[in-house]
Amino acid sequence: MGQVTVTLNVNGRNRKVTVEPRTLLVHALREQLGLTGTHVGCDTSQCGACTVFVNGQSVKSCTLFAVQVEGDAITTIEGVAKDGELHPVQEGFWEEHGLQCGYCTPGMIMASIDLLNTNPQPTEAEIRDGLCGNLCRCTGYQHIVNAVQYAAEKVKA
Amino acid sequence: MIPVEFDYERAESLDDAIARLAATGGEGKLLAGGHSLVPLMKLRLSEPSSLIDISRIAGLSGIREKDGKVEIGATTTHHEVQQSELLRRLCPVVPEAAGEIGDPQIRHKGTLGGSLAHADPSADMPAVVVALGAEVHIKGPGGWRAVAAEDFFQDLFTVDLGPDEIIAGVQFRPLRSAGYAKLHQRASHYAIVGVAAALDVEGGVVRSARVAVTGASTHAQRLPNVEELLAGRPANAESIAAAAAVAGDTLEDVNVDLHASEEYRRAMVKVFTRRALERAAAR
Ligand SMILES: Cc1cc2nc3c(=O)[nH]c(=O)nc-3n(C[C@H](O)[C@H](O)[C@H](O)COP(=O)(O)OP(=O)(O)OC[C@H]3O[C@@H](n4cnc5c(N)ncnc54)[C@H](O)[C@@H]3O)c2cc1C
Ligand code: FES
Ligand code: FES
Repeated sequence: MGQVTVTLNVNGRNRKVTVEPRTLLVHALREQLGLTGTHVGCDTSQCGACTVFVNGQSVKSCTLFAVQVEGDAITTIEGVAKDGELHPVQEGFWEEHGLQCGYCTPGMIMASIDLLNTNPQPTEAEIRDGLCGNLCRCTGYQHIVNAVQYAAEKVKA
Repeated sequence: MIPVEFDYERAESLDDAIARLAATGGEGKLLAGGHSLVPLMKLRLSEPSSLIDISRIAGLSGIREKDGKVEIGATTTHHEVQQSELLRRLCPVVPEAAGEIGDPQIRHKGTLGGSLAHADPSADMPAVVVALGAEVHIKGPGGWRAVAAEDFFQDLFTVDLGPDEIIAGVQFRPLRSAGYAKLHQRASHYAIVGVAAALDVEGGVVRSARVAVTGASTHAQRLPNVEELLAGRPANAESIAAAAAVAGDTLEDVNVDLHASEEYRRAMVKVFTRRALERAAAR
């Protein structure tokens, strides 16, 4: 069945990866492009640690083959800070202690950015609902909610 | 977890997809959002020789109004259904139920056609299309056919769809007075029980009702005894409570799993039938 070449735009740069059709996007990103910020947590589509954007929408990259996103624009956690400045959501996680072990954090940040893109001033309930595809085994979520609220305030100001 | 090797092809049109599927001699599978199929392939519970990606076929996705009906293309994502202004205006139960599926990431990829074809016993949209009396439009090598949604779902993961056929979309007469109520399984968000209710109300009286349940049994199905109790009755809390009290009594093969016993599911069918009817009546 062999290998195929897939062209992607990753964090603004055109990249080519050579993969088998069965290669998952998360493995192409981590192992071929060295973008190890995207994590594999459950590998069963539940935990959201592998969340990246495809054409601006959050998806679980453990549940997509790289061949499915040929020609698409991918954003990973490595692509959200601009010119050395943290994204407001990253800053929120830093300021509000939105992480402990950090394993879920890249996916949490991507899901939070997706939420704020569609709903810039969410209520607490909307934040919890918007992040329901992401699991954290450490924080108990309260500081993650605070981090998103910090980012929403910062963007408003 | 890595699936077995397969060939990947991208279909350009509906007919191209049908031809490519036929060429695999029953060994290939269609790939839409992949959010039911890819997890199965990773577990090697499904080992297709090739995947024919239909997600980029022009015209197979989208939501349109046509001759008093609404048509939703098969590859329309749950997110697109949830966000649709047309559906919110004409038939709010559909975006309401779509918004209850999984989580945002799942809704960005999962499609209506994939959900109906896969027919997971806990999937949401099957109950909605059955309650709305939708038609499923299917194309195969022999041409087009349409099946009533209530006949389409036959058994556990079993639908009226040949291995060489494709769902192109669903059509239904939109109706505002319909609601969906769901008991979520907390981790996956699949329905432990989900009920869709559609009421035809005139002058405060229910002319007819269609109520469908998912999650409770092998496949989405109507609750005929609930529907009969509502017909001709005033659309008020009393009629709803009386009808909901018999919900599920006709169900055989009630699901039992680590999330809910048969007793609990039967009790929840009544509760969520009442909530779905209340939502429908309030619209
Ligand atoms: C973590 C998680 C949580 C979920 N939670 C829910 C939930 O709460 N409620 C819910 O309803 N669903 C839920 N789902 C399922 C999700 O909605 C799926 O996306 C959907 O059921 C299948 O759609 P798909 O486009 O991904 O189909 P695919 O996975 O691409 O395909 C599924 C099957 O249908 C076939 N198929 C696909 N499209 C067509 C077509 N047009 N014609 C004929 N056959 C076709 C494929 O060959 C395959 O056999 C969840 C999934 C995950 C991973
Ligand atoms: S690793 Fe993808 S959802 Fe958990
Ligand atoms: S910080 Fe450890 S899993 Fe979330």
